[in-house]
Amino acid sequence: MLVCCGTGCLANGSHGVYREFEKMLKYADHSVKVKAVTKATGCNGLCEMGPIVKILPDDIFYCRVKASDVEDIVRETLAGGRPVERLLYTDPATGKRVKSHRETDFYKNQQKIALRNIGEIDPANIDDYIQRGGYRALAKALDKMSAGEVIDEIEKSGIRGRGGAGFPTGRKWRHCAGANGATKYIVCNGDEGDPGAFMDRSIMEGDPHSIIEGMAIGAYAVGARKGYIYIRDEYSLALKSMSRAIEQAKERGYLGDSIMGSSHSFDMDIVRGGGAFVCGESSALIASIEGRIGEPRAKYIHATQRGLWDKPTVLNNVETWANVPVIIDRGSGWFNSIGTGKSKGTKVFSLVGKVQNTGLIEVPMGISLGKIIFDIGGGIPGGKAFKAVQTGGPSGGCIPGSMMDLEVDFESLGSAGSMMGSGGMIVMDEDTCMVEVARYYTKFLAEESCGKCLPCREGLRRMLDILNDICEGRGHKEDMDTLLEICEALREASLCALGKTAPNPVETTLRYFREEYLEHIQDKRCRAGVCPDLTEYYIDESLCRGCGLCAKNCPAGAITGQPGSAYIINHDLCTKCGRCRRVCKFGAVGIGGGAVV
Amino acid sequence: MDCIKQGEGTTFVREILDRYPKEQRFLLAILQDIQKRCGYLPREALELVREHLDVPLSRLYSMATFYKALSLKPKGRYAIKVCDGTACHIRDSRGLVDALEKLLGIGPGETTEDGRFSLETVNCLGSCALAPVMVINDVYYAKVTPEKIAGILRRLEGEDDGDI
Repeated sequence: MLVCCGTGCLANGSHGVYREFEKMLKYADHSVKVKAVTKATGCNGLCEMGPIVKILPDDIFYCRVKASDVEDIVRETLAGGRPVERLLYTDPATGKRVKSHRETDFYKNQQKIALRNIGEIDPANIDDYIQRGGYRALAKALDKMSAGEVIDEIEKSGIRGRGGAGFPTGRKWRHCAGANGATKYIVCNGDEGDPGAFMDRSIMEGDPHSIIEGMAIGAYAVGARKGYIYIRDEYSLALKSMSRAIEQAKERGYLGDSIMGSSHSFDMDIVRGGGAFVCGESSALIASIEGRIGEPRAKYIHATQRGLWDKPTVLNNVETWANVPVIIDRGSGWFNSIGTGKSKGTKVFSLVGKVQNTGLIEVPMGISLGKIIFDIGGGIPGGKAFKAVQTGGPSGGCIPGSMMDLEVDFESLGSAGSMMGSGGMIVMDEDTCMVEVARYYTKFLAEESCGKCLPCREGLRRMLDILNDICEGRGHKEDMDTLLEICEALREASLCALGKTAPNPVETTLRYFREEYLEHIQDKRCRAGVCPDLTEYYIDESLCRGCGLCAKNCPAGAITGQPGSAYIINHDLCTKCGRCRRVCKFGAVGIGGGAVV
Repeated sequence: MDCIKQGEGTTFVREILDRYPKEQRFLLAILQDIQKRCGYLPREALELVREHLDVPLSRLYSMATFYKALSLKPKGRYAIKVCDGTACHIRDSRGLVDALEKLLGIGPGETTEDGRFSLETVNCLGSCALAPVMVINDVYYAKVTPEKIAGILRRLEGEDDGDI
């Protein structure tokens, strides 16, 4: 029996469910023939349906389990061998309940490599990991392969960095292995700063040993004896899980001197991040590990030549490291057969925003955006219209609904004006204002810009000023050209990737949603009703049934009327909170504003 | 200087410093430990760090103002963090901040005069399925609406006897 204890399910009370199971099973053992083992696992991905409980070997998948449901599960399923119908997952397309998660569209279309163990093992127990083939790849590399052969294998697999830029991992390792110097370092970037992304958190929480094993293999390949994993400070559960795993690996001899009887020695430490987005950039991250402020430096010399403390350093992201053991274990040929021409393997995405099945997914490269959002994600909730999907974090771009056939890989996302990034995928519906989205990302980046180089520091501020003006009704038509001009300057002249990619949100929204900018600027109207200064709510008399629910919920007392006849909004009192629109059951509250009304 | 005034002195700072070798690379970790203990970085503590690592105070100031995890101002007894990651943002986290501002009379980055509440917005807590999310002293509140805020605060005050 597996109880999901990822951050998402924990916040929904999964630990209470876990404790209740333990308690019940202690007393109910006489009626259960086989002794049930309850395990707390990492994130299952389908966070929307949490807390999730899986029961093996029948592979029964229960959603939204409460502590009060535990008694029924023990009695019906464990003792009686019957599933508890009401807790099974309902397929939104057919309305039928399905027993196993493998039958759901959400899981059926996925292929798990980096997430192979998550939700299946107890991350606190190293034996769980070993049982599923863990540390087998490390043994293979140390026993049967030379360091050069390991690098060959990684290079042939075609894997590219999962942290955002997509640099070929094998080539990076080869550079570092060939660099001069006896002291080399391995670094894992777990400073997942992109808003709307939690792939790395889930791996660190749910399968920490896969990262340790990957790093130990990488260290052997390049000749490093020391590694660091830089974890975002906000991720308390990930910090706990990783440090426990490192202790266990040391005890078992997977880390330390002469690993598994070989001549290879490797040890690693955790460094807590300080909460700065720019520290996800490699040279800034290295500065932060050295105990300085995380400012990037110009990269005419690569970290593989002079990185941490000026020594040759390989820096890869959490997901990349988690892929390494599988590639060594199953061979580069197998990995290379998955994916598209230049993008091999799978990619983990956090599918969030206005989508039915929010959660973590892993799909082969080359899958279409539409399949991700509609088949796996289950489409848009509440019957709303799909507008765009934003990929690649704050420096990514917005891809419109018309491009849903796009096959997702490093190249295709780049040519659409966005990027792969670390794998955040945020779905937006008709209630999302694209101008405000551009403003949101620009504000985020302006705040997170370290301020070292001028184009990024000043350029982002000026862009934010302009976008604020547009959102607040002070926009001019020439603003759009000015924005594009600043974008170009940022892309050309910024020091690091933060500034160079910062134009993406503005450029893609201008490219695909120009009409929304024009509405804001010329008509002074926000069609999504997000920008308060450009929004006016009105009640459509023909749709209003006079139930009065809006008036009851209005915090400003701005809605008046008589039950049975249409209500009216007093615009002088209205604070534009939008609550009336949210509560109206008949869709009678419309959005007008600006020149239209 | 709450944690220092309360009769604890600066022994805890020395305890933290003793755990780390005198190397610059432990500076961030040391500051984080102090931050965790006090909720901010008191000047007295920073003076001791300066002596221990032999770095100028200005360096500590630059660290403290660069990293979001560090703060030079005390946080409230209830540290309210509203997630403004993208998923929360498009599910109206702004509405939560507005409601909190109205109820508490403080903006993000500020602490109420009685020292009870502080408010800040954070960039993504990685719990996007629960959007919009609010965290108060490490307790997660999922799918919060502006309407629910007053009730959540009232419950906190119920646990609280009013003394700070």
